[in-house]
Amino acid sequence: MLRHGLIASALVVGLGIIQQAKAQNSVYMPAILELSGTGAVSGTNFRDGMILAVEEINAKGGFLGKKIEMPLLDTQSEAGIARLQVQKVLDNKPYVILGPVFSGSVLTSMVLAQQAEIPQLVGGEAAAITQRNNPYVFRTSFGQQFSMPKIANYVRDGIKAKSVALIWVNNDFGKGGRDNFTKEMNSRNIKIVADVSTEAGQADFSADVVKVKAANADAVFVYLNEEESARFLREARKQGLNVPLIGETTLLGQKVIDLAQGAANGVKGHVGLTVDAPIPAVQQFAERFKKRFNYVCDHNGIKGYTGIYFIKAVTEKIGKFDSKAFAEAAHGITVSPKDEPNILMEATWDKNGDINRESFLGEVVDGKQKIVEVLPKLGVK
Amino acid sequence: MNRLAAAAIVVATAFAIVVPFFLKPFGIYLLSLWAVLTIAAIGLNLTLGYAGQVSLAQGAFIGIGAYTTALLTQAGVPYALAFVAAGALSFAIGWLLGYPALRVQHHYLAFVTLAFTTLVFLVLRNEEWLTGGIYGISGIMRPVFFGWSTAKPLDFYFLCLGVLIALSLATWWMVRSPWGRAFVALRENPVRALSLGLDTRRYTLMVFAIGSSLGGLSGALFAPLVQFLEPASFGLNRSFDLLLMVIVGGSGYFFGPFVGALVSVLLPEWTRIAEGYYLLVYAALVMVLMPLCPAGVIGLLERVLKALNRRPGTAASARVVEQ
Amino acid sequence: MVHFFQLLLSGLATGAIYALVAVGFSLLWQTSQTINFAQGEFVMLPAFFVLMAMNAGAPLWLACLIAIALSILLLGVVFKFVIVDPMLRHGVLPLVISTIALALFMKEAVKDFYSSQAQPFPALVAEGDVNLLGAVVSAQSLVVLAVAIVTVVGLNLLLNKTRLGRSMQATAQNPTLARILGIPVRRMVLYTFLVNAVLVAIASILISPIYLAKFTNGETLGLAAFVAAIIGGFNQVRGAVLGGVIVGILDNLSAAYLSSQYRAAFPLLILIVVILLRPQGLFGRAQERTV
Repeated sequence: MLRHGLIASALVVGLGIIQQAKAQNSVYMPAILELSGTGAVSGTNFRDGMILAVEEINAKGGFLGKKIEMPLLDTQSEAGIARLQVQKVLDNKPYVILGPVFSGSVLTSMVLAQQAEIPQLVGGEAAAITQRNNPYVFRTSFGQQFSMPKIANYVRDGIKAKSVALIWVNNDFGKGGRDNFTKEMNSRNIKIVADVSTEAGQADFSADVVKVKAANADAVFVYLNEEESARFLREARKQGLNVPLIGETTLLGQKVIDLAQGAANGVKGHVGLTVDAPIPAVQQFAERFKKRFNYVCDHNGIKGYTGIYFIKAVTEKIGKFDSKAFAEAAHGITVSPKDEPNILMEATWDKNGDINRESFLGEVVDGKQKIVEVLPKLGVK
Repeated sequence: MNRLAAAAIVVATAFAIVVPFFLKPFGIYLLSLWAVLTIAAIGLNLTLGYAGQVSLAQGAFIGIGAYTTALLTQAGVPYALAFVAAGALSFAIGWLLGYPALRVQHHYLAFVTLAFTTLVFLVLRNEEWLTGGIYGISGIMRPVFFGWSTAKPLDFYFLCLGVLIALSLATWWMVRSPWGRAFVALRENPVRALSLGLDTRRYTLMVFAIGSSLGGLSGALFAPLVQFLEPASFGLNRSFDLLLMVIVGGSGYFFGPFVGALVSVLLPEWTRIAEGYYLLVYAALVMVLMPLCPAGVIGLLERVLKALNRRPGTAASARVVEQ
Repeated sequence: MVHFFQLLLSGLATGAIYALVAVGFSLLWQTSQTINFAQGEFVMLPAFFVLMAMNAGAPLWLACLIAIALSILLLGVVFKFVIVDPMLRHGVLPLVISTIALALFMKEAVKDFYSSQAQPFPALVAEGDVNLLGAVVSAQSLVVLAVAIVTVVGLNLLLNKTRLGRSMQATAQNPTLARILGIPVRRMVLYTFLVNAVLVAIASILISPIYLAKFTNGETLGLAAFVAAIIGGFNQVRGAVLGGVIVGILDNLSAAYLSSQYRAAFPLLILIVVILLRPQGLFGRAQERTV
């Protein structure tokens, strides 16, 4: 007991001291991401997008004379550990904290960053993230409160559905999407005739497809994680569910298409970010990413990449590495490809940290995602 | 031997009081987490180590205690009252759960508690009106006692340490009492204990309920420590973690939980170099430890000390008798 | 009504898998007091053996055989001699703890050394659906059902109609007496471990096309197996089988007709009720306690 106490205490103290050492001619921007566990795909894509950006920037000497130092910390896809990691990095006074991607982890950790007045660039899409009066959180993709109205419009005008069946995964991602979608449907007088919740990791969707079929809706909105989306699509195909299946980014992603093995054809939906966008800058980025990492990145890779350039743009605007000034300047800023080509698409950050950008309507045709329409930024006709 | 143990305890306590002053907030947070989890581990140690019952519900009881405390304090109830309420509620639920479940043989309680933990998780997640559902409860404030705010890391740590010491003393007294000795009899041979006139069911039930209430009290500290609650923190993974803690530390030994919790909290930091391999190392550690020394780290220390204490001539031929 | 039949059929297919896993679990418990908390992970692992063999170039049928062989070796022989035997000497509880740690270890090892992502797994049967009285079942599910039935019948024949099987049963019921009668008890116990290894390998190959091979597969499967074995009554093979089917069907029906947010709760509630009111399970025999 004595020996253990001694060794343990010494180690804790030692670890604390090690944290002190930090280069002075670099800016400390730690990345706290889901590098293992259920969120590993999202986390690693986000990380690689950021790494590409950091390498490009550092190759040109960094920004404002300092190179970026971006150590990686793994949350293991758990909110408690995410909080722990944020706690740890705050001891070393970061400039900006990068990540996490998982909404639950973001919500847990952002309280700490807010208290320390350090801006946090997150990948999470839950609406709640920007609804908690936190002036230090900034998104890299649409919050659900922005993406859902776009989908809702599509359901009303594109599909012309009068009734919708809704199937969602019961975690913070799925529930947030479901709540926001329901609100948008209600305000457009479209009836929700089935509201089916499913579990993360669920393998058997026969009961859920039965329920959805029985509801006889004009369309089905599917808001599940990747593997479950694939399983659902296969079961739906099997049982002959013939109404339009609509989704948001994930459902039309390449991973789902591959896992669903043909059952994804015909799926339609809104896509926030995609490497298939008909925009040259995006296509070129996709090429660079593929060359560097040997795989095709998903929307999380784009989030990470553009996020770093957002930080660069804001920092160059304020002219110094001041976390508080960053937060103030970032609200309301519009970063355009004219000034910063690697932002890829023009984006505006509002006073809550939400992002406003073009997005796309897509369809899965012959095993690939096809962009059918480009939707303008909200507020732009 | 006893003097050595007493000296060790004094030194360790001194460390626990002094070292935090040299640590950054993160280090203090880790120590606070250690203290809080040790309380839960002590509870599980009572159930597992002293009364010989496998419980996989300790994670759920931490959750029950944490949510109770958070909801009550956010409704204006003073923290001390919420703390007591958390413990009392956990005790009551433990009693109700144990009453029918302990009628059956040993290994069944493991499955009943497994089912219970999953059910508690489902309730915490689905009943949004009460628990905040999947989004959980955020913005939990640290308690204030007569003007002394525990908002700063060091202050809160001393609150946790104080509660840990108080509960440890209470448990120590209980285990040493005649009542406590009956628990040990239960573990060794329930049928014999029964034949000697012990109401085994009553005792086992009491132990399980007390162990559960310690889980609840741990939760009452967990809520203001982490300041954010979500259902996923209190599921089977937490219960397994606590079980492994008690085993690695040495189940049935009084200081087992302290050591086990320390290993569990510090191991992710020690294996930082191999990011994400922490659980693999932890599991491998347990698997290797179990056949070598099922009595855990404390048991190992005991064996080593006993071997050292023997006179040189007999050391080689002496076999240390296990618990 | 069609819907009900669809649910029944799908539930039956899933239940058949649970049954396979539950049977192995009960066999181990019966014959050697081994409560294998890692049973779910035992089902998760062989699929990865298949994938690794295929990555090395083997065709599917060969990869499956290799997986079964590796399974027998690692999950049967090594498991028994390296983990179970040393721990049983210390009692049932340390063994339970070891299997919990083993489950965690296997899960993390696959996640860290193979992949954390779900892997598509080749189907043994061509894709295709069968229309049965208005309900649609995939050919895959029918094959699963068929294989499960054949396996269980085969197992039953083995246990009841062969000398070897009856010796195994005798060992399960009363090892001391069996030993006196000249039955090589240690060898019989080893055989049950081997049987379990084969069962979990078969289950793994059957479900992975549908579930996709993923390191977390063991969690739900393991829990379902425990519930099935206890509900059905783990001291009879048929109890585990029926328990598996009940759990599979119940899960589907409760998700469809009752709350879907609490779908996971119903088998668990049944579990608690069964343990309280009829601990030997719905189809088991009451067990006597040896002093």
